[in-house]
Amino acid sequence: MKTQGKVLKYGDNVDTDVIIPARYLNTSDKKELASHCMEDIDKEFVHKVQAGDIMVAGYNFGCGSSREHAPIALKESGISLVIARSFARIFYRNSINIGLAILECSEAVDGISEGDSVEADFDSGVIYNKTTGKSFQAQPFPEFIQKLLKAGGLVAAIQSGEIK
Amino acid sequence: MSMTMTQKILAKHAGLEKVEAGQLILVDLDRVLGNDITSPVAIKEFEKIGATEVYDKDKVTMVMDHFAPNKDIKAAVQCKTCRDFCDKYEITHFYDVGQMGIEHALLPEKGLVLPGDVVIGADSHTCTYGALGAFSTGVGSTDMACGMATGKAWFKVPSAIKFVLKGKLNKYVSGKDVILHIIGKIGVDGALYKSMEFTGEGVSSLTIYDRLTISNMAIEAGAKNGIFEVDEQTIAYVKERSDREFTVFNADMDAPYDEIYEIDLSKIKSTVAFPHLPENTKTFDEIGDIPIDQVVIGSCTNGHYKDLAEAAEILKGRKVAKRVRAIVIPATQDIYLKAIENGLVKTFIQAGCIVSTPTCGPCLGGYMGILAAGERAVATTNRNFVGRMGHVDSEVYLASPAVAAASAVMGKIADPAKL
Repeated sequence: MKTQGKVLKYGDNVDTDVIIPARYLNTSDKKELASHCMEDIDKEFVHKVQAGDIMVAGYNFGCGSSREHAPIALKESGISLVIARSFARIFYRNSINIGLAILECSEAVDGISEGDSVEADFDSGVIYNKTTGKSFQAQPFPEFIQKLLKAGGLVAAIQSGEIK
Repeated sequence: MSMTMTQKILAKHAGLEKVEAGQLILVDLDRVLGNDITSPVAIKEFEKIGATEVYDKDKVTMVMDHFAPNKDIKAAVQCKTCRDFCDKYEITHFYDVGQMGIEHALLPEKGLVLPGDVVIGADSHTCTYGALGAFSTGVGSTDMACGMATGKAWFKVPSAIKFVLKGKLNKYVSGKDVILHIIGKIGVDGALYKSMEFTGEGVSSLTIYDRLTISNMAIEAGAKNGIFEVDEQTIAYVKERSDREFTVFNADMDAPYDEIYEIDLSKIKSTVAFPHLPENTKTFDEIGDIPIDQVVIGSCTNGHYKDLAEAAEILKGRKVAKRVRAIVIPATQDIYLKAIENGLVKTFIQAGCIVSTPTCGPCLGGYMGILAAGERAVATTNRNFVGRMGHVDSEVYLASPAVAAASAVMGKIADPAKL
C-alpha cells in the first residue's frame, strides 16, 4: 500500500488532548471529531489539511489519553500517514486497530520539512521526499501486525478468523 | 530464561511457559473496562464484529464517570448507549450515577481486580491496578470491543525498568510526589512501551493508596504498566473486598531489566509539575510566588479517602484564599460517605471549598471547574497538557493533595510544611 501527500509538521509530545480536546468527546461522530482535530495546537489545521496529507512529528506522538477519537479524527481529517520519531503505545495500537498508517523513522523526521511532498510505501517502510529527492527506510512492522493491517484492522481480523 | 513480574503474569495468561520481551502474544483477560466516553465507540465496533454475547457478563465492566452525571445532552446520549448495552447483554458490573465512582478508584474498592489478574481498560489510567500486583493497561475502544467479544487481547511483551524503593516518606510527602519525582527524572517517554516494576523494602512503607497513585501515573512516563510487588498489605486489602482466588507473581531474582533505579523515599520532597508536561517538575526550593485561581482535589490519581484526609488536615481551621475556587471531588460514593461521617466534608465547606459528587469532571476539562484564558490551577490530577482543564491559555500545576490544600489557603503554589 502506498500514499502520497503534502507534509504538515509538528514537534515532540503531541498529546491526544491537543489532537482532539476532551470537550468534544461527548460525541463519537467521526466528522464532528475531525472538525476539531488539532484545534488546541494549530487552529489552521482543519483549513489546510487535504485528503492524503502526511503528518510528521517528533518523539512520543499521541501521548496521554487512550481516546481512539484521536486517530479517528486524524484519519477522518484526511491524514493518510503519521511519521514520527516514536509513538506513545496506546496511540500506536489504536492506529493499527483502526487502520491509520503510522511509521517510526527519526531520519525521515530530520529530512522532511513542512509543506514537502512525500511518498511512502507501508509494506516496505520506504519513505521518499519528492521535494528534496531523499529516501528513508522505516522499520517494517512485525508479521503479526502486518497481518492485522492487511485484514483492515482488529475487528476485520476477528471477522475473518485471523484472531479467535 | 528468567522473567519480570509482568512477563510472568502475561505468560500465564497466554498459556505459555515462558515469554520474552518483544514477543507478540494473545492473552486471556480477567476484566475488560470502559467508561462513558470510550465505551460508545467500543459498542459500535462490538456490533460490527457481529458478536451476539459478551465473553463473560461478570468480567465486562462499564463505569459512567467522565461526563456523568450527564453534563449535557450529548453526554446523556453516550451514557444511555452504555446503559442500554449493559441491559441488553446483562452486564453485572455496570456502575451508573448512584453507584458509580471514578473507575480506577472504584474497581479496587469493589474488589474487582486482584493480584495476578490481566485487565485492559479503554482508559489510559487503567495502569492503576498494578498497585495490587495485577497486569493492567490502557487500550483503545477497538481493543475493548474485541476484548468484550473474545476475552482476549494482543500484546507485545514489554521489557522493564526496576525501581528499588527504600526508606520512608516524610510528613506531607506522598505517592504523588514519588511518581512526579520519577517522571521528572526519566521523562514523559522514559518508560515508553515498558513496564515499571516497583520493589524493595520501601514498598511496605507505602500505603495501598500511595501505590495506586504511583501506578496510576505510570502512563505519564509512557509505560505500558506500573506494577508493585505484592506484600501483606496488598493481601489484606484484596481479601477484605473479594473471596476470589488469586496468584501472586514475583520476578525471578535474575530477571532482565533495561535499567534499575534506587529511590530513597526519605529524600523525596514535595514536587510540582509545571505546565505543560508532567516531566516539568520542580521542588519548593525552585518555586517562586505563583498566584493561582483554582484548586482541584480529586481524580483517579488522588481522590481516595487518604488524599482527602491529608487535604482536610491542612484546611481544618483555615480558609481558602480570596479569589481562589477550591473544588474537592471524592472519587467514589463510599469515600464521599466516609468523608461526611468523619467530618471532612464539614471541614472543606467551612474552609470555603465546594464538595462535588464523584466525577472525572475538570481533570480532562469536561465540566465542574473549567479554566478561562490566563487562569492557573493547582490540581491533584494527572495531566497538565495544553488546554487540559479548559482554555488553551490556562495552566495546570500537578501536585499532591497536601500541596493543593496549602496552595488553596495561600492563594499561590505553597509548601504544606511551611504553612
